[in-house]
Amino acid sequence: MEKTNIAARPGSGKKLKKQAAFALMTIPAVALFFLFHTYPALQGIFYSFTDWSGYGEWKFVGLKNYINLLDDDRVIHAYGFTFQFAILATILVNMISLLLAIGLNSKIKFRNTFRGIYFLPNILSILIVGYIFNYIFAHFIPDLAVQFGIESLSKNILGDPKLAWIGVLVVTVWQAAAFNTILYLSGLQTIPTDLYEAASIDGAGTWRKFWNITFPMIAAFFTINMVLAMKNFLMIFDHIMALTGGGPGTSTESIALLIYRGGFENGEFAFQSANAVIYFIFIVLVSFIQIRFLQRREVDM
Amino acid sequence: MERKQTNWFVTILLFIGSLLILFPVYLTVSIAMKTPEETADSILAIPNTFNIENFQIAIEMTNFFQAFQNSAVITVVVVALTLMSNSLVAYAISRNMHLRIYKFLYFYFISAMFIPFPIIMLPIVKQTTAMGLHNAAGLILLYIVYGLSFNIFVYIGYLRSIPKDLEEAAIIDGANVWGIFWRVIFPLLAPMNATVGILTCLWAWNDFMLPLILLNDPDEMTLPLVQYIFKGQFSTDYNLAFASYLMALLPMIIVYVLAQKWIINGITTGAVK
Repeated sequence: MEKTNIAARPGSGKKLKKQAAFALMTIPAVALFFLFHTYPALQGIFYSFTDWSGYGEWKFVGLKNYINLLDDDRVIHAYGFTFQFAILATILVNMISLLLAIGLNSKIKFRNTFRGIYFLPNILSILIVGYIFNYIFAHFIPDLAVQFGIESLSKNILGDPKLAWIGVLVVTVWQAAAFNTILYLSGLQTIPTDLYEAASIDGAGTWRKFWNITFPMIAAFFTINMVLAMKNFLMIFDHIMALTGGGPGTSTESIALLIYRGGFENGEFAFQSANAVIYFIFIVLVSFIQIRFLQRREVDM
Repeated sequence: MERKQTNWFVTILLFIGSLLILFPVYLTVSIAMKTPEETADSILAIPNTFNIENFQIAIEMTNFFQAFQNSAVITVVVVALTLMSNSLVAYAISRNMHLRIYKFLYFYFISAMFIPFPIIMLPIVKQTTAMGLHNAAGLILLYIVYGLSFNIFVYIGYLRSIPKDLEEAAIIDGANVWGIFWRVIFPLLAPMNATVGILTCLWAWNDFMLPLILLNDPDEMTLPLVQYIFKGQFSTDYNLAFASYLMALLPMIIVYVLAQKWIINGITTGAVK
């Protein structure tokens, strides 16, 4: 910046200096974000139109990867599994979290202790929690079942292709309910208590109070929790790595795990990049539909 | 008054539910302390003796103190640099939202939240390898950079509520924008810094995916990654494995027990704002 300019017009010089400072604060972050986030994402999209295996030569193959995706049983299965799992987990986690939050918000003893305990799973490493539950499913539950003669529980459910997803779901709900409970609880605490008192005078029961006061008042929290939970569960990875490794066979293989495996271990860099692009489109679509749908409901209430 | 009465029914239900949360933790502690013979007798029973050998072997085998140090250094550096840099960027953007370029940058950062990591996962490994960032330093950099989307979102939400009079008073006193940020804005951001700091800390400490794809050198590995690497070597010695898991979980549990109220309130503040 020229000194003479500042001297001549102190006002605008100062403004310019201010803008320069703001630019200096922003530019490095934008550059780094572009370099390490946007650029690799664009690269992924670019390579999805090639036949690159991750090393060596490559050529453009047009939409071939995308067409092959539709034909690949493993890919279709991963989408089916991930979506079914994510929908179930989202509903279960939100139902349980909302119930817990209402419980924690009522007149109870030891509220802070309970709050502390219910939030605990959120601070633990999902991978390690997964390993611990892996043992519970593989040894603890079958041992107990044998002792008590319960035939149906005497086998490791993680070893059964039809049931392994239940194990993944249990751990996911155990871990994820913590965070959503705390969010709902903070939502409940924003509701003025006189609303309930007024409703009581009008003779409203617990059920009606819930649907007519509680639920509408925390509608925004409900939207955020549903969208965030769904997005997180669509990206499930750690739980599965720790519990089943995608197995038995590929019965619990999620999309994120398939991209990781195929991309790094099977030399399917381009193919899995195409998979990731489709995955990205799905996630954006699902989030968008959820936000539209839930926000319209928020307004209606 | 009716409202003041304790709801014992709900209290008891919550107590039963909390056992479901605490049970796996109890199991971890108890198995970590037992010998395989004791575990074979009964998985559930309280350990008779504190079998310190499990811990000694686990420490040696997994090089625990190295991994602990790696996780701790990475987490502390990431949290410190994230707080300073991300809030600064958020400040610059929030005070220039009337300009088209900054408005665009705001939406650029926010919309990145919807990009799933797997689309970046494959190329970023190639890229960091080529740049020599396929290591702990690269990992730290990525946490700070990837945090920007979410953190800018929450910081700006909060910055909007800070009245501009304070800044204008500082300008009259002759402070420049940097000075205003560090002396006026950054302290005012304290509640949001707590939220961002706690969430960043939990992420950097517990994350598995980024270390998995970025770290090759055993001397740089973080605690969760070490558990994954040694999973095979623990094989069926569950007592040894659980000793290792417990040691990996314990630092965060201790922090949580000491600062539980502050941590939960910190996260709640961010949610309500």
